[in-house]
Amino acid sequence: MSTPPESIVEIENLCKSYRRGDQVIPVLENISLSVPVGQFLALMGPSGSGKTTLLNIVAGLDRADSGRLVVAGTEIGGLGEVDLAAWRARTVGFIFQFYNLIPVLSAFENVELPLLLTPLSRHERRSHVALALDLVGLHQRRSHTPSQLSGGQQQRVAIARALVSDPTLIAADEPTGDLDKVSAEEVLELLARLNAEFGKTIIMVTHDPRAAARAGRVLNLDKGALIA
Amino acid sequence: MFWSLIHRHLWRHKLRTFLTILGMAVAILAFMLLRSVVAAWYRGVDQASDNRLVTRHAVSLTFSLPLSYLPTLRQIPGVTAVTYSSWFGGVYIDDRNFFPRFVAGPGFLDMYPEYVLPPEQRQAYERERRACVVGRRLVEKYGWRLGDQVPLKGNIFPGDWSFVIRGIYRGEKPGTDESLLFFHFEYLNEYLKKTMPGRADRVGSFTLRIADPEQAAAISRLVDKEFRNSIAETRTETEKSFQLGFVAMTKALLGAIEVISVVVVLVILTVLANTMAMSVRERTAEYVVLKTLGFGAGHIGILVLGESLLLALAGGGLGVLLSFPSGRIFSHALGGLHDMVFPPALIVTGLLASLLVGVLAAIVPMLRVMTMSIASGLRRVG
Ligand SMILES: Nc1ncnc2c1ncn2[C@@H]1O[C@H](COP(=O)(O)OP(=O)(O)OP(=O)(O)O)[C@@H](O)[C@H]1O
Ligand SMILES: [Mg+2]
Repeated sequence: MSTPPESIVEIENLCKSYRRGDQVIPVLENISLSVPVGQFLALMGPSGSGKTTLLNIVAGLDRADSGRLVVAGTEIGGLGEVDLAAWRARTVGFIFQFYNLIPVLSAFENVELPLLLTPLSRHERRSHVALALDLVGLHQRRSHTPSQLSGGQQQRVAIARALVSDPTLIAADEPTGDLDKVSAEEVLELLARLNAEFGKTIIMVTHDPRAAARAGRVLNLDKGALIA
Repeated sequence: MFWSLIHRHLWRHKLRTFLTILGMAVAILAFMLLRSVVAAWYRGVDQASDNRLVTRHAVSLTFSLPLSYLPTLRQIPGVTAVTYSSWFGGVYIDDRNFFPRFVAGPGFLDMYPEYVLPPEQRQAYERERRACVVGRRLVEKYGWRLGDQVPLKGNIFPGDWSFVIRGIYRGEKPGTDESLLFFHFEYLNEYLKKTMPGRADRVGSFTLRIADPEQAAAISRLVDKEFRNSIAETRTETEKSFQLGFVAMTKALLGAIEVISVVVVLVILTVLANTMAMSVRERTAEYVVLKTLGFGAGHIGILVLGESLLLALAGGGLGVLLSFPSGRIFSHALGGLHDMVFPPALIVTGLLASLLVGVLAAIVPMLRVMTMSIASGLRRVG
């Protein structure tokens, strides 16, 4: 089960296809990839090339058809739904293009959500959430609801939510895709800090070359295959 | 967390929440009122004593029996007392003032201890030929007092009749009918002897007290056998089945009311199911995000079910509460002689119906979000 500590994601010959009626549409073909611990990886490629699909599979949101997939020491293809959900909660933090905060909850409560699945006490949760919000510079805004925050601020709350449970891997799908230049810059700055200061491994799907420039490694996906 | 998510969602859509709860309340209220009407019909049956038998004409309730059967009936083994009564009918002022009026033979009050009368009133009634006894409800409704005259225009027994109120009874139990008027059989009979001798000395039915309710069937057979091949054959049955016979006449109507009460609940079920489907659809993104964060299908299911149950039970509870004042208003509007009652069993039924509506309305949207795959869910919400 255990993989060399230097590699957090280990993929061999991963395949994924979707079925539309009788048609089988191959999305990922024979992907092999190794991501070292602490890497900031950017996934680029044209629309429809399978970036989101690959990220989702690595992060345990989707299933591969075949191939070996070890993430953070666990062969996640072999986990059942319940175990996979628990694994996800422990291991991965998610950041989406459209923030995906719960509109009726405050920034504080949104960030607290992942901790509700942990045995932490109310008091411990409170201090973790405060720390995470502090890190993204939004502690003052903790009682605001998403509609009272700008897009960039919402995305920073989402980042706080992604890191509050101290995951080893952060999966970000076009985190700057919906942001203006300044907010995008702030978000990228934050991700870079998480990577540099806290040693988080980050896999980020992006269309934005400037965003990719922040990453330590850039991979291109085209028609379901990785090109150097 | 569940609670705050649920109540904030509901609070966010105040108007929708309010209307849904209101609709639910109205539906359950209608359910309660309709059921209460049905229950009231059967209440007479429930109140019937099982140590009383009723002997009536074998052909129909509208045929009378000769009074001369009385001594024979008293001789039947197992029978401890016999009295008799006839339907009098008549009109008080006009047709709208309907309440049961009948003629009671001697021993009537002993036979029916559930009509409770102060001893001095009872004596006054026994002493006076033209006296009558009325129920508490009638007195309240018409403002009568002891000593008042009650004029009745006869229809079955033509003539202008008038009775003096000498007794006002109340029911021993909550279900006892307190809207009866009865007077002495002798008074009617003497009048008939003079004016229509052919109709004198006849009674509508005999009531028999028996010592042992277990013997009811055997004694009934004995009675009917006794009068086989006589001028008027009899049919004897327990008071319960006698009254069920009355209820049976309206059985179809009661059945219809029962069906409607269920239909009302089904209608609100579709409304709530639609509301739930709508709000769950709106919130697909949230459920997907929760799943992404590691919340399981069970958590999501609780959120949907909890919301549905909260709406259904809040509305249903309100409906049940409202049924008490509404019942009073209804009973008043319907003449005020009978209370609409909501026995505990009916209240429980109302609440269970609400619970069921809450669960059923949630099932489809619940299963949908519980089984939705995260990847396709995320794709849909962007
Ligand atoms: N549930 C599905 N059913 C059928 N086809 C699917 C499904 N999900 C994805 N696809 C297809 O898989 C291919 C890859 O999709 P994916 O979302 O991974 O691309 P992407 O690289 O993230 O694109 P974009 O840059 O536009 O986000 C696309 O052709 C898409 O139409
Ligand atoms: Mg994508």
